[in-house]
Amino acid sequence: MKTFVGIDLGSTTTKAILLDENREVIGRGITNSRSNYSTAARVAGEEARVDGRFTLSRRALSESGVLGARLDQFLAALERAFRLEQFLEQLGDLEQTCLRQVNGQRFAGREDGVKVALGEVFTRLRGEAPELYAPGAKRKSDFFRDIAGSRYHSHAEEVAREANLPYDLLLNVYDKSIIEVENRPPAGGLSDKFRRALARVLTADATFAGDASGVQDVIQRSLDVEFEETYLVGTGYGRVTLPFSKEHIRSEILCHGLGAHMMYPKTRTVLDIGGQDTKGIQVDPNGIVENFQMNDRCAAGCGRYLGYIADEMNMGLHELGPLAMKSDRPARINSTCTVFAGAELRDRLSLGERREDILAGLHRAIILRAISIISRSGGVTDEFTFTGGVAKNEAAVRELKKLIEENYGKVTININPESIYTGALGAAEFARRAHLGQAAGGNP
Amino acid sequence: MTVIVTPKAGPAKQVVKDDSMLKQKEMMAAHYERLTNAPETGEKVASTFVPGNLNELIKCFDLLNNLPEVNAIQSGLRRQSGSYVLEAEKIGHSEDVCTYVKSDIGMMAKGNIGPNGKRLPDPDVLLLSYTGCFTFMKWFELLREQYKCETIMLHTPYMGDGKITKNMIEYMVKQLKEEVIPKLERISGVKFDIDRLREYLKKSAVAEDDLVRVLQSAKSKPSPIDAYFGGIYYIGPIFGAFRGTDDAIDYYKFLRAEVEERLANGQGPVTPDGDMGQEKYRLVVEGPPNYTNFRQFWKMFYDEGAVVVASSYTKVGGVYDFGFRHDPDKPLETLAEYCLGVYTNRSLPMRVDMLSNYIDEYAADGLLINSIKSCNSFSAGQLLIMREVEKRTGKPAAFIESDLVDPRYFSAANIKNRLESYFQMIEQRRAGARAAA
Repeated sequence: MKTFVGIDLGSTTTKAILLDENREVIGRGITNSRSNYSTAARVAGEEARVDGRFTLSRRALSESGVLGARLDQFLAALERAFRLEQFLEQLGDLEQTCLRQVNGQRFAGREDGVKVALGEVFTRLRGEAPELYAPGAKRKSDFFRDIAGSRYHSHAEEVAREANLPYDLLLNVYDKSIIEVENRPPAGGLSDKFRRALARVLTADATFAGDASGVQDVIQRSLDVEFEETYLVGTGYGRVTLPFSKEHIRSEILCHGLGAHMMYPKTRTVLDIGGQDTKGIQVDPNGIVENFQMNDRCAAGCGRYLGYIADEMNMGLHELGPLAMKSDRPARINSTCTVFAGAELRDRLSLGERREDILAGLHRAIILRAISIISRSGGVTDEFTFTGGVAKNEAAVRELKKLIEENYGKVTININPESIYTGALGAAEFARRAHLGQAAGGNP
Repeated sequence: MTVIVTPKAGPAKQVVKDDSMLKQKEMMAAHYERLTNAPETGEKVASTFVPGNLNELIKCFDLLNNLPEVNAIQSGLRRQSGSYVLEAEKIGHSEDVCTYVKSDIGMMAKGNIGPNGKRLPDPDVLLLSYTGCFTFMKWFELLREQYKCETIMLHTPYMGDGKITKNMIEYMVKQLKEEVIPKLERISGVKFDIDRLREYLKKSAVAEDDLVRVLQSAKSKPSPIDAYFGGIYYIGPIFGAFRGTDDAIDYYKFLRAEVEERLANGQGPVTPDGDMGQEKYRLVVEGPPNYTNFRQFWKMFYDEGAVVVASSYTKVGGVYDFGFRHDPDKPLETLAEYCLGVYTNRSLPMRVDMLSNYIDEYAADGLLINSIKSCNSFSAGQLLIMREVEKRTGKPAAFIESDLVDPRYFSAANIKNRLESYFQMIEQRRAGARAAA
């Protein structure tokens, strides 16, 4: 089948969207941008194709009616099993890479000890992996580096102690290996992993056993569909570093405008708060950008600011919003300078202010800055669509809604759960239009 | 066309320059030599500003015209302004002060070495022809403190109502007669001769005619010039120390012939990388450029096929395209009218009119504003200007931010990102219009 790929290379994450000829999203993929956009684009694209396989499987299974009401349950289990297979595969790669790093002066005389210790660390990692992907399990992140990294560190510390080895030797091999592994696309074939995952699900849950052959046939047919990459468009910060030729590149402002329009066709104002920039975009009824403003010279008050705050408070990024929501007395914070944030935070904590109040104040400060950018771009016109990673933060959304109403009255505010893909969606649609030979902004 | 090699370190890159650029370079070099030799030759020096520059009058008193703004621009282009700005901050000037001022103050603190590597002379007089930029007044206050020399101020009333009245002219002529001229006579020791002024004014008008022809050549498609980046070179002599001279007449005659030849051949502008490729976007630009990364900034335009067909910045030292010429028959009145008319002295509605008309007359695709971090005089009202011009012309506008000569405020990736977005926005609009047609 013909597919159209949109890739949004953000400063923090890289997103990919696979669109079919009917403008329907077949697959979404996301990965961390690392320091290597090229790999990030490849991995995100691969993830979108994986997701695409699930979409096709869902469609086919749904049509065939094999699983009836248990379809969702089955697909969720299949996806968890697939992620587990993927994780184990990368873990294997990481282990082999780590073993190769055990050489040189630093390890002299201790090579065998370190190798045995590594073996033990990876045995433990593999042992606990199924728990990470058990139903209802919460992972701090979906990226291999994040999951593997934090678990590796804690196991390595234990194993090193038990084996009477310096912990830093085990850290050293990990640090040297992780980038390499991360920048290597998974070696194993997609279909194999699907089949292994399927086998896992069928073994684990006997209730699916009766439908096994029917399900296997349908999934195999979905796997056999070839995704023809008909046209690709890249956007986002990393776009210029990619080996895309000019006609395959669109500005992220245009992509966000079009993506927001596709999600909510009545959108006229878009706010996107990403990792290092905040964009206020005005679009016409066709999703064509009329005006935009962005933060300049300084990334104060962007997503990265929250990341920094999370680090300072030793919390996960997605824990900030819920904590801030507990505040009923937000602290008054004016500066959104990321560099000053740490000092401000410590100062207020030492004065006895509550963590939730400080956090609520910080969220408000970010949104105030965003409101200023929106007003410079031409204000808010109904409907208003909020996108980017920060749109997932409920405290930020709460402040935004409040400030929009105060400044512009009642306005419909759209926030799509998949809003992080807005830019990639716009890019994919540009790809589709480019293929159709339509002029860049022509209506489909 | 001549190809010269820049003497900078690193891989030598050939920079293409028009012959007119080379001629101007010689003129500038000669002028700076004259300035830096002034202590030996005994020539007296008047420091003054580009907007409201009274070069013809200054010449009547055998004074040499020294322009601190131009010195700051030269420092910016030569990548020296960064350290000058820091020096000024060390002395106590805050971050938000106009960076022309800080570059100038820093340069003085570091020995006042001009672009020719020699020390610039102390001025004998500071001639402040005030034309709308409040900072100029503070700037000369600082210079007066430094040089302990005489200051003359010619006050130009702001064109708040969008027109020049008889009263305004009389008010200014009175100042010229009673204040400016007597003081200049005393400082220079030269008696004022109005016929000498008429002669200079006559010469100014000749060069102004040619300049206008050059700037208006951008109405053609493709435009043979870039009226912002190239335009900055074109305005050099007439905005600086050459208005009213034979040099300026020669330069503009030469430039005009060069541009007319390009026009006849259907050629686009010359860029530092040679002839520009196909003209894809025609822009009107409001606001000064960035000088610390001038070439890099320009490249972001010509690489995308964007040419600036008209700009407000090339009108700061005089607006000639609406018909004003220095008039030898009304020597003092014409100086007043000139000062009143410069871009910085025009009201917001006048600026909106001007930019909107440029978009129509030069068949531009839209308006781009380069907002200068440290220039309140330009920045105030720019967003409003943008909205208004958008509304009137129906053409898309965009806003980028940088600074005059403070390299810290030029963020190449950000600017490029916005520019590319803007160009694609224009493209998308065109496609939308085509689809609707």
